Amino acid sequence: MTQTSTTVGCPVCDAVYALPLDMEGQSAQCGRCGFQLTARRPAAIGQVVGLSITMAALMVIVIFTPFLTLRSGQFEAKASVYDTILGFSTGIMVPLAVAVFLFILVLPIMRMVLLVYALTPMLIGRRNFPQAARALRYAFTMRPWAMAEIFMVGVAVALVKLAGLATISMGMAFWAFGAVVLISAYQDTFMCRNTLWTMLDANG
Amino acid sequence: MDHARRQRITTAYARGQVVCRSCGQVAELGQDRCNRCFAKLVSRDPQSLQKVWAWWIAGIIAYIPANLYPMLLTTTFFHTSESTIVGGVVELLDHGAYGVGAIVFFASVVIPVGKFIVIAWLAFMVSRPHKHDPHRLLLFYEVVEFIGRWSMIDVFVVAILTALVQFNVIATINPGIAAVCFALSVIFTMLAAQSFDSRLIWDQTQPDAHD
Repeated sequence: MTQTSTTVGCPVCDAVYALPLDMEGQSAQCGRCGFQLTARRPAAIGQVVGLSITMAALMVIVIFTPFLTLRSGQFEAKASVYDTILGFSTGIMVPLAVAVFLFILVLPIMRMVLLVYALTPMLIGRRNFPQAARALRYAFTMRPWAMAEIFMVGVAVALVKLAGLATISMGMAFWAFGAVVLISAYQDTFMCRNTLWTMLDANG
Repeated sequence: MDHARRQRITTAYARGQVVCRSCGQVAELGQDRCNRCFAKLVSRDPQSLQKVWAWWIAGIIAYIPANLYPMLLTTTFFHTSESTIVGGVVELLDHGAYGVGAIVFFASVVIPVGKFIVIAWLAFMVSRPHKHDPHRLLLFYEVVEFIGRWSMIDVFVVAILTALVQFNVIATINPGIAAVCFALSVIFTMLAAQSFDSRLIWDQTQPDAHD
């Protein structure tokens, strides 16, 4: 017997639906709360993996190149992304340095790595790597805690605060980080959880 | 065509099932972990509201010193001036940076205060049967969950200023203790919002839904 429909639950309001399997490219919203149950975009997996690899490569640039340079008269100060984390590294603020490190570097990078790890086997026609489901779930759980885009808005505000006092020049890392933020926002527009989970499950 | 909208709505709870909140897979009630993503399955989290209130109180406690103590310590020629969160906004406005001032004011004052009010209101509403429109409650919840993390802007601003402005006696910027308190407050309220079980909104609106 071949299945013609699949049961999908709404994680927001607990409603249960039977969705036909042959609805490629059609999205379905929960009739009660409007949550998007699925966008059915199997082709997007290639894009998700491709963009994640791109962002991981850009993050290497972010880590190893200068971020901002501040010049005022004969004084010059360079800051890498690390320096912004180390700003909190004295005394009672050490935990905050750790948190900032997690928010702007560790979690965004881990998210990219986990997505690539969980989804790549599907693209190259292999069976899932061990613990792929767990990797995908952690990638979703981390989403609110990966704050690269918020950090960049913070940078913009800081630049305005310093604008009158000194000349600021942006380094490679600045542009790379900016690109990561834009790509990540773009990636979010077609990351359909239901599609990813269904395909991961089918690839078992 | 929208398949989901044409179906009569039944909840997983009414069918003796449980929806995985992580991946949407439907499992039988009583099953411990999701077959697909191994997340813990909870039909209704009975402690959801307790957790919400616990994180909410922790957030308030951290938010008070975050506003009273200095966020930034600026030292120029042996003279140290301190600025609080609100002080920083006023400074930006004084320099004529109205747009950025508005962003910072919104991120560090309006969002946190609004979040405290909305989370408390939601937790209070869903703790008993109510007549409010569930869609409106959900909208409030989603806005709070989406926008809450943006309060972190000010903490990152302090981090960047500290990293850049280190010119010994001429000008040095150091972080104040409020930065830690404020970051904690944002983290606690994010956890409060995440602990909230959105399914409770519908449970209390439709008490007969289990028939």
